Amino acid sequence: MLTILFDGVAYGMLLFVLASGLSVTLGLMNFINLAHGAFAMVGGYVTALLMERLGAPFLVTLPAAFLVPAILGIVLERTLYRRLYGASPLDQVLFTIGLVLMAMPIADYWLGAEARQVHLPDWLSGSLSLYGVGISRYRLFIVGVCGAIAAALQIFLVRTRFGAQLRAAVDDARVANGLGIDVDRIFAITFAVGSGLAGLGGALAADVVGGVDPSFPLKFLVAMLIVVTIGGSNGILGALFGALLLGVLDVAGKYYIPSIGAFIIYGVMVATLIVRPQGLFSRGDGR
Amino acid sequence: MSGASSAVARRIEAHLARRRRWRAIEIVFWLAALGTILAFPSRAALINEIVIAGLFALSLDLILGLAGIVSLGQAAFLGVGAYAAAILASKDLGDPTLGLAVGALAAGALGFVTAPLLLRGADLARLMVTLGVSLMLGELANRSAWLTGGADGLNFSMSPVLGLFPIGFTGQRNAALYSFVVLFVLFALARRLRQSPFGLALAAIRENRLRAGALGIATGWRIVAIYTVSAAYAGAAGALLAQTTQIVSLDLFDFHRSADGLLMLIIGGAGYLYGGIIGAAMFIVLRDVISAATPEYWEFWIGLLLVALVLVGRERLRDIVLSRAALVWPKAAGRGAA
Repeated sequence: MLTILFDGVAYGMLLFVLASGLSVTLGLMNFINLAHGAFAMVGGYVTALLMERLGAPFLVTLPAAFLVPAILGIVLERTLYRRLYGASPLDQVLFTIGLVLMAMPIADYWLGAEARQVHLPDWLSGSLSLYGVGISRYRLFIVGVCGAIAAALQIFLVRTRFGAQLRAAVDDARVANGLGIDVDRIFAITFAVGSGLAGLGGALAADVVGGVDPSFPLKFLVAMLIVVTIGGSNGILGALFGALLLGVLDVAGKYYIPSIGAFIIYGVMVATLIVRPQGLFSRGDGR
Repeated sequence: MSGASSAVARRIEAHLARRRRWRAIEIVFWLAALGTILAFPSRAALINEIVIAGLFALSLDLILGLAGIVSLGQAAFLGVGAYAAAILASKDLGDPTLGLAVGALAAGALGFVTAPLLLRGADLARLMVTLGVSLMLGELANRSAWLTGGADGLNFSMSPVLGLFPIGFTGQRNAALYSFVVLFVLFALARRLRQSPFGLALAAIRENRLRAGALGIATGWRIVAIYTVSAAYAGAAGALLAQTTQIVSLDLFDFHRSADGLLMLIIGGAGYLYGGIIGAAMFIVLRDVISAATPEYWEFWIGLLLVALVLVGRERLRDIVLSRAALVWPKAAGRGAA
């Protein structure tokens, strides 16, 4: 029981890191980025390949799994994404589906269709027993890392000058610009951080889902969208609660009532949208 | 006062009647399509696929082009229509017309039930609701193996259309003609719908839902109605697909089905009803050509096309193609018609 709860929390934390970037671009900047999962794939590949080709230790590869997608994110944001900030949702959907369709064959072409494994170091594999509850070491590690990231993001958004500028830019880009805030730069940095976090999430998730392969961008897309939908557009905390709820429900549902399987999370999402289209953890009445 | 308003009503009626008339270019389009089926019996299977995909894209055009609703879950109705027809056929009720009607009705009923979900929230919520519904149905079909065959799908055989024309592997040209007739009838219906007061009300809702409501248009019911019709069209497409290929599988509910339909519609251009059919033809021929050259990577080129389409601007690109095509290929000039 407690083990399942813990696995659910770990899965939720993972979803949170994967989706946090999306919750910022989608929830705050109002940009529908269906290609977010492609950045997660890049992060997963960076870790897998660094370990495989260079024999780098797992922990060392994680910063790279953040940096490479972040740099890719900033390049794409500057060249392509920014043109579509004001575009219609349909254009954004089409454009980002196009990017996903391009990303998957590129990965296939370079790296082949088979899944690349991330091999965990010894000290992260196996499980330990805490007060009689069996807990996988790696899941504990995930909860720790992701929890720290969530806390850092929340403090960053609420307490720092950059966070205040971002919130101002999101609320009203024109006024923020008039007040001397460099909105372009803020959006670019935010986008890069979000992409980097997706990459980090992809690297952490690789072991849980059995390796990284070219279909990775679509694997988590639905789950990420559900997290943002349930969590609502109210910044980091909503996404965190949404992700935890989804993670626990999904793991518990698959364990206790396997016959209905993935049905639960879709049901929860549709029910949420009926009751509160703006998300469960959102103040105000949305857009 | 009443004299003035009836004069306005007469003018609107005359305007609609004028737009309802079939233009020469449209007649040429349909004759050319029919001629293509008759002229290339060896490619009948591919043409049949195009016709059915065209019907599916047309169903998306009804909600996107007419009412301005973006959906990522149209595959739900495709799947329901296909499975309804397939289950009927596997129970020895193999009459295609019956299966077609049942498939369309089942999908329409599902559309009617789920349409109220579209009335709340903004575009994003709609995207998610439609996507969520199609995922749920796919999962449902997967779990109800006693009815749907689960991951194995269903195999069944069909009776001849109207008891006369056998379809399937032995009669692929018949199958293509059958699909074509269904497409034409449903298209004519959609065309009539678009040039009706109901179509005008939808256009008002698409342009500005708030103002349309202020004008006294019951926007909620109009959206429910067009969504139901669109679902029935997608269901008919699914039923045709099941009947002419005589196989159904879970992949009918997949996200990529909805995305492909959207792509076809966008390539052809939304809002004038021919876009879906033209887009389907271009998409499938393109896929056929590219995947013959590079089977694994054809998605890349479709993705590149999409990105380019959005960056250049959908309308602008279409105008360029149209003006070029009109010079060498008069049929294409009809794409702006209706």
